[in-house]
Amino acid sequence: MEILIFLSSGLFLGWSLGANDAANVFGTAVGTQMVRFRTAALVCAIFVVLGATISGAGAAHTLGRLGAVNTLAGSFTVALAAALTTFWMTRLRMPVSTSQAIVGAIIGWNFYSASVTDSSSLTKIMLTWVACPVLSGVMAVGLFILVRNFIRWTKPHLLRLDSGTRLGLLVVGAFGSYSLGANNIANVMGVFVPDNPFSDITLFGVLEITGTQQLFFLGAVAIGVGVFTYSGRVMDTVGGGLVRISPVSALVIVLAQSITLFLFASEGLEHTLASMGLPTLPLVPVSSSQAVVGAIVGISLYKGAGIRLNVLGGISLGWISTPILAGIVSFFLLFFVDNVFDQQVYKVRHFRLDSQVVAELQRQGIELENPRQLTTRSYTNAIRLKQDLIKKGGLTGDEADRAQELALVGFWYVDRGIIADDLDQTWLSPEQLTALRSLADENYSHFWEFTRALAETSPEWRLLPDTKLNKRTNKELKKKLEYLGRIFKVDEPVEDES
Amino acid sequence: MPLFNSKSTEKQIDDFIDTLAEGVLVYKAGVRSYLAGDETDFEDRILAIDRLESRADKLSKSIESHLYAHSLIPEHRGDVLGLLENADNIIDTAKTSLYQFSVERPDIPEEFHRAFNKLADSCNEAVEAVCVGTRCFFRDVEAVKDNLYKVYHYEKEADQISDALKRAIFATDLELAHKIHLRYFALNVEKVSDMAESVADRLAIYAIKRKI
Repeated sequence: MEILIFLSSGLFLGWSLGANDAANVFGTAVGTQMVRFRTAALVCAIFVVLGATISGAGAAHTLGRLGAVNTLAGSFTVALAAALTTFWMTRLRMPVSTSQAIVGAIIGWNFYSASVTDSSSLTKIMLTWVACPVLSGVMAVGLFILVRNFIRWTKPHLLRLDSGTRLGLLVVGAFGSYSLGANNIANVMGVFVPDNPFSDITLFGVLEITGTQQLFFLGAVAIGVGVFTYSGRVMDTVGGGLVRISPVSALVIVLAQSITLFLFASEGLEHTLASMGLPTLPLVPVSSSQAVVGAIVGISLYKGAGIRLNVLGGISLGWISTPILAGIVSFFLLFFVDNVFDQQVYKVRHFRLDSQVVAELQRQGIELENPRQLTTRSYTNAIRLKQDLIKKGGLTGDEADRAQELALVGFWYVDRGIIADDLDQTWLSPEQLTALRSLADENYSHFWEFTRALAETSPEWRLLPDTKLNKRTNKELKKKLEYLGRIFKVDEPVEDES
Repeated sequence: MPLFNSKSTEKQIDDFIDTLAEGVLVYKAGVRSYLAGDETDFEDRILAIDRLESRADKLSKSIESHLYAHSLIPEHRGDVLGLLENADNIIDTAKTSLYQFSVERPDIPEEFHRAFNKLADSCNEAVEAVCVGTRCFFRDVEAVKDNLYKVYHYEKEADQISDALKRAIFATDLELAHKIHLRYFALNVEKVSDMAESVADRLAIYAIKRKI
C-alpha cells in the first residue's frame, strides 16, 4: 500500500511531463492547424507508451536522475517537487525542461541531506539555457534555407506541399514522442523499480510482460493522460504564442530540434564518428524545450517576423526559475515529509578517510597534506568533509570529490543467493558473471574495494582508458557497477556461514 | 487517405482553371458571332458558357468543401477560396454579358465591330494571363509576378479601347438612347477584364503571403 502512495508522485511527475513536453514535439504542428489537437495527442500518447515500454525497458537498470536520492520517501518528495514546479509552469503556459525541474529538486534534497552537489550539473543547466537554443536556432535557419531552396527547385503543388508537410509533422512528432517516452520513463518510474508492486504476468500463454514493463506502462499512461488533458496550453505558446509560424517552418522547427538533440547529445554518434577516425562534435547538454524555442526564435529572426518579446521574456524567466523553484519546493517539502509524516527522506551516509582510502588516493596520485588531521574523525556531512579536504587536505575541488567518493563507508556482501536468483544474468557477460561468482561471500566496507576486486578478477570489469571511443563502454560498465552496488549493499557486514 | 493524397483536389483545381480559360474563349467567340450575325453559333456559345459556368461553380464548391472537410492548407485556405470565388466571378460576368447580348439585342453599327472585337480580345488575354498566374500560385509562386503584369497590361489596353469606343459612339449622330445602349455594352465587355484585374490584385497579395 505504501508503495502505491509513493508511486502517486511518480505518476504526477509523468502527467506533468506529458502536459509540458508534448508541446516540444507537436506544439508547432497543432499551432499551425496542420494537425488537430486530438490527432496529435493520440499519436503522441501512443508513441510515448510504445517508447516507454519497448525502449524504456532498456533503462530498467538505471534509476533515472532520482537515483541519487537514497530513500523511497525522499524520491517521492523530490518527484513531487519537480512535478509541482512543472505543473505550475504548464499552468503559466511556459515550455520548461522537466529534467531541469528534477535536477533542481535533487539539489534541494542535496541541501537538505547535506550532500555535495556536483558543480557540473549546475554548469550543465546554465549551458543548456544558452548553448542549446543558439545551436538549435542556427540549425533551424540552415535547414530552413535548405528546405526553401528545395521547394523552389522542385515546385510542388500547394496541396502536395501541404500533405507532405502534414505527413512530415506527424512522422517527426511520432518519433519525437517515442524518444520522449523512452528517455524520460526512467526519470518518472525508474526509482520505483526496486520496490515494484507488480509481478510478471503472461498474457494468452504467450506474451510475457515483466513487472518493470507494467510499471513503465503505468508511467507512460500517466504521461499520455498528461498529453491529452493538459498539453494544449503549452502547445498554444509554442505553436503561435511566441510568433506566427508557417506550416513548413513548423516542420523545420521540429526537425531542427531533433537534429540538434541527435548531433549534440548523441553518444552513439560520437562513438560512431570516433570509431571511424572522424572528428567528433562536442557534446553539449541539450533540452528539447529549449531547442524548440531556440529554433522558433532562429527562424523568426531570419525571416524578420515579429517575436512577442514579452512571451519570450516569460519563457526565459521560466527556464531560470524552474530549477530554482523546484529546489526550494523540494527543500521545504522534504522538511515537511520528514518532520510531519516522520518519513525517512534520506539515509545518513558515513565517510571515513581510513588508511585504505589514503593508500588508494596515493595510488591514484592524490596526496593529502595533513592525513592525520583528517583520518581521526568520521563524517556524516559530505559538505563539511569536502570543505576539510580542500582547506586542511590541500586538495582541489575535483580531487576532494574523488576522495569523498572513496571515503564513503558502507557494507557490500556478494550474496550467492542474489547472484543465482535476483541478478539480471542476461545483462552481464559470461566472463563478468564468472568474475562475480568468484567473489561470492566476500564482504567489502568501501564500494571501490568491491569494484577493484572485480577489476582484478576480470579485464571485463576494468574501465578502459578515458577516450571518446571508450566512453560508451565505460558508461555501460559504470551502470553495471552501480547496479551491483545497489543489489549487494547490506546494512551490516554478513558473517560467512561456511 | 485524403489527408495525404491531394491528387483529386489538385485535378479539380486544374479543371477549374481550364474551365475558366475555356469560358472566356467561348465568350470571345460568342461576341464575334453576335457581331457577325451568326445566330446559330451565337446560341451555341451561350449554351456552352452556361454549361461551363455551372461546371466552374460545382468545381469551386467541391474544392471548398474538400479543403474544409480535411482542414487542408490551413494557412492559405482562406486565400485559395477567395481566389477561386473571385475567379468564378469572371466566368459569371462573361456569361451575364453574353446573355445580355441575347436578351437586349443591341444594334451595333458595323463601324464599331472592330473595336468590340478588339475589346473582347483584350479581355480574353487578361483572363488567360490570370489563369496562368493562378496555376503558378499553386505550383511556382515565384512566377506569379511575371504573369500579373500581363493582366494589368491587357486590362489597361481594354480600358483604352473601351474609352476610345465610347468617345466614338458619342461622336456619332445616333439617337441618345442608342448611344447609351452601346456604351452600356462597351462597359459590359470591359467588365470582364476588370474582374480579371480584381483577381490579379488578390493574387499579388496571396503570392507574397505564400512565399515562405
